[in-house]
Amino acid sequence: MSINNPLTKNIEKGRAPFTFAEYKAAGGYQSFANAIKMAPRDVMGQVKDAGLGGRGGAGFNTGLKWSFSPDPDGLPRYLVVNADEMEPGTFKDRLLMESDPHLLIEGMITASYAIQATTGYIFLRGEYTVAEENLLKAIAEAYDNGMLGKNIQGSDFSLDIYLHTSAGRYICGEETALINALEGKRANPRFKPPFPQVSGLWGRPTLVNNVETICNIPGILTYGVDWFKGLGLGDECGTRISGVSGRVKNPGCWEMPVGTTFRTLLEDYAGGMQDGYELKAFLPGGGSTDFLMPEHLDLPMIPGEVAKAGSRLGTSLIMVLDDKTCPVGTVRNLIKFFAHESCGWCTPCRDGLPWVEHILNKMEEGKGEMKDIEILKEMCGYMGPGNTFCALAPGAAEPLQSSLKYFMDEYESHVKHGCSYKSH
Amino acid sequence: MNNIIASTALKARQLTDEEIHEIEHEKTHYPYAQAVGLEALKIVQKYQGWVSDESLLAVSEYLDIPPDDLEGVATFFNMIFRRPVGKNVILLCDSVACWMLGCDDLKAHITSVLGIEYGETTEDNLFTLIPVPCLGDCDRAPSMMVGRELYRNLTNEKIDQIIADYKAKA
Amino acid sequence: MASITIDGKVFEVDEKNNLLQECLSHAMDLPYFCWHPSMGSVGSCRQCAVVEYANEEDQKGRLVMACMTEPREGARYSIAAAAKFRAQAIESIMINHPHDCPVCEEGGECHLQDMTVMSGHTYRRYDGKKKTHNNQYLGPFINHEMNRCITCYRCVRYYKDYAGGTDFGPQASHDNTYFGRWQEGPLESEFSGNLVEVCPTGVFTDKPFSKHYSRKWDLQSSPSICTGCSVGCNTNPGERYGTLRRIVNRFNDEVNGYFLCDKGRFGAEYVNSPERIPVSMTRDSHNSDPVQIEPALAKDALKKAAKGAVAIGSPRASMEANYALRELVGEENFYAGISANELGMLNKIIDIYQNKPVNVASVKDIEGSDAVLILGEDLTNTAARLALGVRQSAKNLGRQMGADLNFPIWHDAAIRQLAMDKLSPLYILSPHTTRLDDIAHTSHISSAENSAKIGMAIAHAIDASAPAVEGLNKEEQALALEIAETLKSAKQALIISGTSSLEPALLDAASNIATALHSGNSKANLALVCSESNSMGLALMMQGSGKSIDEAMSAGAKTAIVLENDLYRRAASAKVDAFINSLDQLVVLDHLKNRTGEQANLVLAAATFAESSGTFVNYEGRAQHYYSTFKPDSNIRSSALWLSDKHFNEITADCAAAIANCAAILELTPGENYNFAGLKVPRQHHRYSGRTSMRANINVHEPKQEQDEDGVMVYSMEGVPAIKDAAVLNSPWVPGWNSNQSIFKFQEFAGGPLKQGSKGQRLIANNSTEKTWYEAGTSDFSAEGYKVFPVYHLFGSEELSAYTPAIQEKATSAYVSLSPEDAEKLGLKASDGVQVEHNGAVPFVVRKAIQPGTVGVSVGLKGLNFQDMSAAIALDKAAEWKNPDLWRAANIIVSDKREERVD
Repeated sequence: MSINNPLTKNIEKGRAPFTFAEYKAAGGYQSFANAIKMAPRDVMGQVKDAGLGGRGGAGFNTGLKWSFSPDPDGLPRYLVVNADEMEPGTFKDRLLMESDPHLLIEGMITASYAIQATTGYIFLRGEYTVAEENLLKAIAEAYDNGMLGKNIQGSDFSLDIYLHTSAGRYICGEETALINALEGKRANPRFKPPFPQVSGLWGRPTLVNNVETICNIPGILTYGVDWFKGLGLGDECGTRISGVSGRVKNPGCWEMPVGTTFRTLLEDYAGGMQDGYELKAFLPGGGSTDFLMPEHLDLPMIPGEVAKAGSRLGTSLIMVLDDKTCPVGTVRNLIKFFAHESCGWCTPCRDGLPWVEHILNKMEEGKGEMKDIEILKEMCGYMGPGNTFCALAPGAAEPLQSSLKYFMDEYESHVKHGCSYKSH
Repeated sequence: MNNIIASTALKARQLTDEEIHEIEHEKTHYPYAQAVGLEALKIVQKYQGWVSDESLLAVSEYLDIPPDDLEGVATFFNMIFRRPVGKNVILLCDSVACWMLGCDDLKAHITSVLGIEYGETTEDNLFTLIPVPCLGDCDRAPSMMVGRELYRNLTNEKIDQIIADYKAKA
Repeated sequence: MASITIDGKVFEVDEKNNLLQECLSHAMDLPYFCWHPSMGSVGSCRQCAVVEYANEEDQKGRLVMACMTEPREGARYSIAAAAKFRAQAIESIMINHPHDCPVCEEGGECHLQDMTVMSGHTYRRYDGKKKTHNNQYLGPFINHEMNRCITCYRCVRYYKDYAGGTDFGPQASHDNTYFGRWQEGPLESEFSGNLVEVCPTGVFTDKPFSKHYSRKWDLQSSPSICTGCSVGCNTNPGERYGTLRRIVNRFNDEVNGYFLCDKGRFGAEYVNSPERIPVSMTRDSHNSDPVQIEPALAKDALKKAAKGAVAIGSPRASMEANYALRELVGEENFYAGISANELGMLNKIIDIYQNKPVNVASVKDIEGSDAVLILGEDLTNTAARLALGVRQSAKNLGRQMGADLNFPIWHDAAIRQLAMDKLSPLYILSPHTTRLDDIAHTSHISSAENSAKIGMAIAHAIDASAPAVEGLNKEEQALALEIAETLKSAKQALIISGTSSLEPALLDAASNIATALHSGNSKANLALVCSESNSMGLALMMQGSGKSIDEAMSAGAKTAIVLENDLYRRAASAKVDAFINSLDQLVVLDHLKNRTGEQANLVLAAATFAESSGTFVNYEGRAQHYYSTFKPDSNIRSSALWLSDKHFNEITADCAAAIANCAAILELTPGENYNFAGLKVPRQHHRYSGRTSMRANINVHEPKQEQDEDGVMVYSMEGVPAIKDAAVLNSPWVPGWNSNQSIFKFQEFAGGPLKQGSKGQRLIANNSTEKTWYEAGTSDFSAEGYKVFPVYHLFGSEELSAYTPAIQEKATSAYVSLSPEDAEKLGLKASDGVQVEHNGAVPFVVRKAIQPGTVGVSVGLKGLNFQDMSAAIALDKAAEWKNPDLWRAANIIVSDKREERVD
């Protein structure tokens, strides 16, 4: 099979997204026709065998996640697409939804069949107005063409898909908080277990998957597991959207084989650093990942490899920190974001992050003290994984702890002399 | 009953036909009325610009959700305005990519041009300036939205032009 | 049971409980905020962190929240290893907490203070500014001081999730989260006062208490019983300088658990009322001015009067007082101070409890039921604590759904999210909407008489040998079948009814349904609510006789002795007037001035519950003892001691011996010879301050403490405190646990029954397995006019609590409720009043869910006397009407359902 960019093959800069007819003509909506011939559990099995990892940041095997849902009992169950893209430095789902909405719809239909969902919701961040319009259009077209609604394509399978636009909260990216938001409640996360697969939306079995994850489903069910496995480099499977922001020549995001190195992404795709700027460090996959250093550029963008280097692949959209930007200021900006986006449910996140923000403000204002650095170190452990109710604060601690590791001299210099970078 | 017992309590605003029509449409998407609460607040905000106490009460009564529950949700989400805003809300992204590329300077520029800080509205009621967390447009930072429109790769000059355009439209 | 290791020690634990609960049960000090034994766990505060080890080799372990952890067989945990994290958690919790402990009313009984000390946070490192918030006016009961909030979410979990309140919640987010109403105003829940005890710090404090505040350790207190209704919630009143300062909950596993209603908490300050009768008084005739009379002379006068007198007992006076009165005048001259109808209904309840195959339901039993039928009782207003219990029973379906998926029972949020709006079935038959309608499967509007018929039909549908009824319409027949099916298929069905409807046939129906449900070993739960704190005790005292107030008034005696009773609340005014006019001498013993007392020739200043000891018998027939909290002024005595020369304990013993079923009231206290190493139980905390100075203006020498009535406790700091082996648990306190949370140290396990102190004694034994039936009534009501049904108000209907300023603020003046059709028929506009036949003119409210042709008449509120009402009355538009000053329509909350809101 010659297709090697299943996520973006229909995307062309400057052109309107495919209509239903155009999408279909380009080979779309085949995956459902293939899936419906199989038992739902077998579709799940294919996705599992394909080795598709979740693209939302955690990277868990998608088919495996699906397989935890109990057998259908005739009552409603839900597929929810997490399109609440709000991780600082992340802009890949925007591309997919604005430019090829039918791919997501097709993925949802096929995935819903696999998990026997009766209703699908797209939980879209409200600021994505273009995506909203394009998705609404695509959903309407899918209904008009019998791909949604009762007895899809003459099968026994029925599905409704609704678009829910949110009102701006990073925490909604956490799947259980998203479920609460979708229920019209405050978006505090829920304790797991029970997992949403067992008791999710309105207490019913629910699967929450990222946009890009679902966009991979049509390819797997159209072209097969082997094809999908062949897309990646080495032992890796499939493609993923990676990108770069910051002071590079050509910021953006692109589909590339899983296993591509950071260097290829930064230098080949993004054209390297802007003239006059040196790469000082980079966040490998969003604001909630640990800084990596230039020496890590040759790592392949694979969760395991990045973990070995002490960070997380996250969303695999990297943000470069150049030599003329204050690392302490950068961390302060990130922490301010996370402190503001804390839902206020658990103590370390709610009360720990504002304290960190306060100290970093002091540093930037030249009022920092050496003992503050000790507190910062302590706070990283305090807000660490397992200590909090959800992953927000541990994520927030990652850029902080890695900046303390790599840029301690900067912190000390801030305490002694204040911030020496150009004010931003 | 209200006409029989005199009351000084806050009165709900009458929802408009358009608002009711859209809320009814949303109701078909969810099995529980509570899930429509946030959607309804957004619909009201779309038409009224913001969610007044009277509007919140109207939604509360229409969907039979306690106003306290709605308030809890309305104040949780960043994009529900519980205070009046100007005709155009400027959402300036202040997250990390935009910050690295100079959003603080842009903010200073907007403040000098319009005379408003974050959270304030111009005297002519045309603009309200609010910071917004990462808009997911980092490859074209710095970015901002005005209403539902996204503006990218901003410079002071571009901002002047955008403001001028909105002023001309007013 | 599972065996686990904590810090090297092996413990046997119940794996159904969470690890925090088990740690507390095993006397370990593990700090916590958000967990509550009645509300389960949500894991938000992160204060109860411990380290869990994967296996024997694991040295590092992982941090888990004990409250969210199921103890696994063989698992290894460490509390010590998580000490640093817990210290960090408390440090960050405290960054915004004001350092206002010296002026904060929670200080000294603040769970946050205790946990801060326990977690080892002593030095403040955060040098930023603190967050501040605006406070709200939340009504007459609760102060709001949001700056103290530590965001543990307990308040909202209690108010909304537990108590079903809708007008309160969390707002905003991150470290700016706010807990309050969406707009300022009085909290609507009848259980709002529990926020004071649920909040671990001083955000919600007792507003009436703050008007005459005293630290916990300066309050003299004793175990007591609420006088507000027939539930008999256990309380701890607190006194300082001779006035009652506040009421807090006293845990009783089977009755009130951790929670009181607002009448119970805020309705006891009648003790301090300016309307109190401070001294005994006498006068020659009805018209002359009263003069003070010395106690000894008053007692002589009382004894003299007793010869040939009729004595009228009281459902709000203790067993001892009623018995002493009976002894004074002789059994033949003793009459229950209640109407023949009420006495008949109470006698019937005793008969049912004794002779029908039913299980008399405690509040705990109510909470455990999974299908409930309420017959004509507006529980929230007549026995509020039961309504809160019914609210918990509705959650049992969700708990069952959770259990089916192996969710732990304490996993509160998961169970709520799973259950959504699915509730265990609750059916309500009532002449009007009630505050429980929001959780009711069906709330059927029907007169008491008709509800009784439906009840009879339900019983017949369950067991065909129960008598059938006729005259129900199709809809009601179907409803009866549906309810019968629901109750039959329940694991533990519950029937609730009571006397407030004044309709005996409802009791017959309730009894028949419960009887019909009996099969094999299973018995249905049955709760029959009475009107007052000792209604049931008074009925037991009467031993089946029908000697009501009506008989007393027609006995022809020339002298009457009235014990703690306002006759005008018991019989029609004209009858009472005639009775009093026929007397040569009227003797009244009471605490507060009332219409009866005002006409008395001799008034004896009687102690309230706070200044006396005694026994009350609650709606279940549970006898409970209350100890005097403080010694009254020397002019005031408890009624029992006015009426008798015996020792108090002798009176109790005589009563126990003389009255059928009452033997167990002797077992309620350890007896007057009680001591522990020569010491009795102190009423005062060992930190009680000022004892040498508080009387210094009178005499620098401390007087010897007088013996109290019971001989168990002393009005002193000295004695054997509860943490030792005192037989009586007064106010809970242990080192390091100064707040009410310390109660777990006195429980068999955290959240379980108390180790010491009693649950009271159920007096009415029942081993009946025989099904016997009450016959269906035949009378069909027909009379000219609007058919009257009583409407009760938690705040204002009850006689004593209505003297309390905070309760008055939540009450209103009398009114009638009309259907919209009738309001229109009478041509009423909003500003009009209604002239009630034989009675005054009052405001009205329109309620959609009452039947046209019926009128709800408020009971006990100022402006109408329900006793002067006939079964059906004429109504007219009042001439020249202006609403009275006490009229407060906004205080009338009939339902959470929007369409039924009066405001």
